[in-house]
Amino acid sequence: MTRGGLVALAFCALVLLAVPWIIGNEFYVNMASQVLIYALFALSINMMLGYGGMVSLGHAGYLGIAGYACILATVAGYDQVTAAIFAIALSTMAAAFFGVLSLRAPGLGFIMITLALGQIVWGVAYRANDLTGGDNGIRHPARPMPFGFDIRDAPSFYYFTLVVFVVALFFIWRFSRSAFGVSLMGARDQPRRMRMLGHNVWLIRWITFVMAGFWASVAGVLYVYYNLFLSPHAISLQQSAEILLMAILGGSSTLAGPIVGAAIITLVKNVVSTYVERWNTLLGLIFVVVIMFMPYGLVPGCTQAWRRLRNRVKTGKAAGSAASELAQ
Amino acid sequence: MTKLALEVAHLSKRFGGLPATKDVSISVMPGERRLIIGPNGAGKTTLFNLITGDLSADAGSVRLFGQELMGMPTQQRVHLGLARTYQILTLFPRERLVHNVVLSLLGLDRRRWNSWSILTANRDLYANARAALERVGLGEAAECIVAETSYGERRRLELAMALAQKPRLLLLDEPLAGLSQAERQRIRALLDAIPRDVTIVMIEHDMDTALAFAERITVLHYGEVIVEGTRAEVVADPRTREVYLGD
Repeated sequence: MTRGGLVALAFCALVLLAVPWIIGNEFYVNMASQVLIYALFALSINMMLGYGGMVSLGHAGYLGIAGYACILATVAGYDQVTAAIFAIALSTMAAAFFGVLSLRAPGLGFIMITLALGQIVWGVAYRANDLTGGDNGIRHPARPMPFGFDIRDAPSFYYFTLVVFVVALFFIWRFSRSAFGVSLMGARDQPRRMRMLGHNVWLIRWITFVMAGFWASVAGVLYVYYNLFLSPHAISLQQSAEILLMAILGGSSTLAGPIVGAAIITLVKNVVSTYVERWNTLLGLIFVVVIMFMPYGLVPGCTQAWRRLRNRVKTGKAAGSAASELAQ
Repeated sequence: MTKLALEVAHLSKRFGGLPATKDVSISVMPGERRLIIGPNGAGKTTLFNLITGDLSADAGSVRLFGQELMGMPTQQRVHLGLARTYQILTLFPRERLVHNVVLSLLGLDRRRWNSWSILTANRDLYANARAALERVGLGEAAECIVAETSYGERRRLELAMALAQKPRLLLLDEPLAGLSQAERQRIRALLDAIPRDVTIVMIEHDMDTALAFAERITVLHYGEVIVEGTRAEVVADPRTREVYLGD
């Protein structure tokens, strides 16, 4: 990593650590926690979308399976750790099964099958009144006490979320630079060639599908801890689409893109909506403008614009010095 | 008796009503240089696609050193020592040349499943990839982006990716297509330098190079083998002339 990159990373880490002090207001600290949770959702879907070229419209399904499983296990009397592990394991196993079904078809077929699977999870949550409380939803008894820490107040819950988020981010960063991640990108661009080089394209995609499901399940458990409540509305098609939009808005080809996208969409949804009634229109407008001027998303678009600006300044300076030399 | 490097027996493939490959049988000895010629649409590339598993055959069998390949997915055939180059370049255009070869090496390396270690830390992979590029005269260009290289360099990259895997059977689909005379000479020298433990089956239209290179020649026409034999036999055969020159 370059020195500039390290400085930027240290700066980001400091800002993330200082968030509760900087904003102070509990409402906004909670907002920051939400941003992190959605960023994790967006990062997980981006493992498929950005690196694998697989568009999924059923990602909220993992929030549903992990979330309900966590609540039900806790209500049934299991301790928080067992409940969380059970929830994540169950939801990841569902991802393994969904992956087998979805990957039968490429492209549009894949999107439609993930959409259908997500809707099935939603439908079950909606109909299974006895288990999920149906439309009314179901409450999670209380936030857990990881290693004896109390995370009931906003700042400590923020730090808890931050720790999980940073661990996930680190894993996903390594993933994107690993032999496996690079093979996944190869399979996205030239699947036929990758097979001819000895790569098992189907298995690469399936493993990615399961990994994405795993991190989405982790985010799902965090979601339940944050809201202490889950209803079918939280796992609707709109939720899946929003997660997908976050990754696309920020830029699916970068690691930072989904995080930026998640921050923008979550903030517009929660903060701007208190001032502007038509916040949905605003969100749509932002999306259209970004895609029009930065078709690859905000982060790649801004990086490109920044580079162009710097080059112009540099060449401008060079031209200036050449002119002054000539004058002498 | 030594096992045949490639044994295609009674292979057939139809696209709808159109037979692309009709009862094709070809036997290639280990170390042999085999040329496959035929007019456009004779089913040459289809034959390659059937051997690699890109297409599944309707009937017949394909054996690689005695092992049946039918029903086996492409990547598994590659692990048995099969490699090919494409007539239409199939590379990773936005990546560096060395990255393309690393992807090729990874295909046969267990480390391809590692989702934790940073790929670029595997110095041996990159050293091997650079060596493979060196062999085709692209050592200097290893860090260039594929999209910024010339067509001739990309053709050589195709070859480097296939050779890096140290295949037992190499299928070359028109390795000289679209190249200048100078680049042809280069590729010809590269092909001549491939050791004899690699068996080569080549589709090529450049007759000078092809005839100089091949020991045996198979002529395909409308998906059928119509002539097969040594260089002299095939050139002298009236059916060859018929196919190429008409009656």
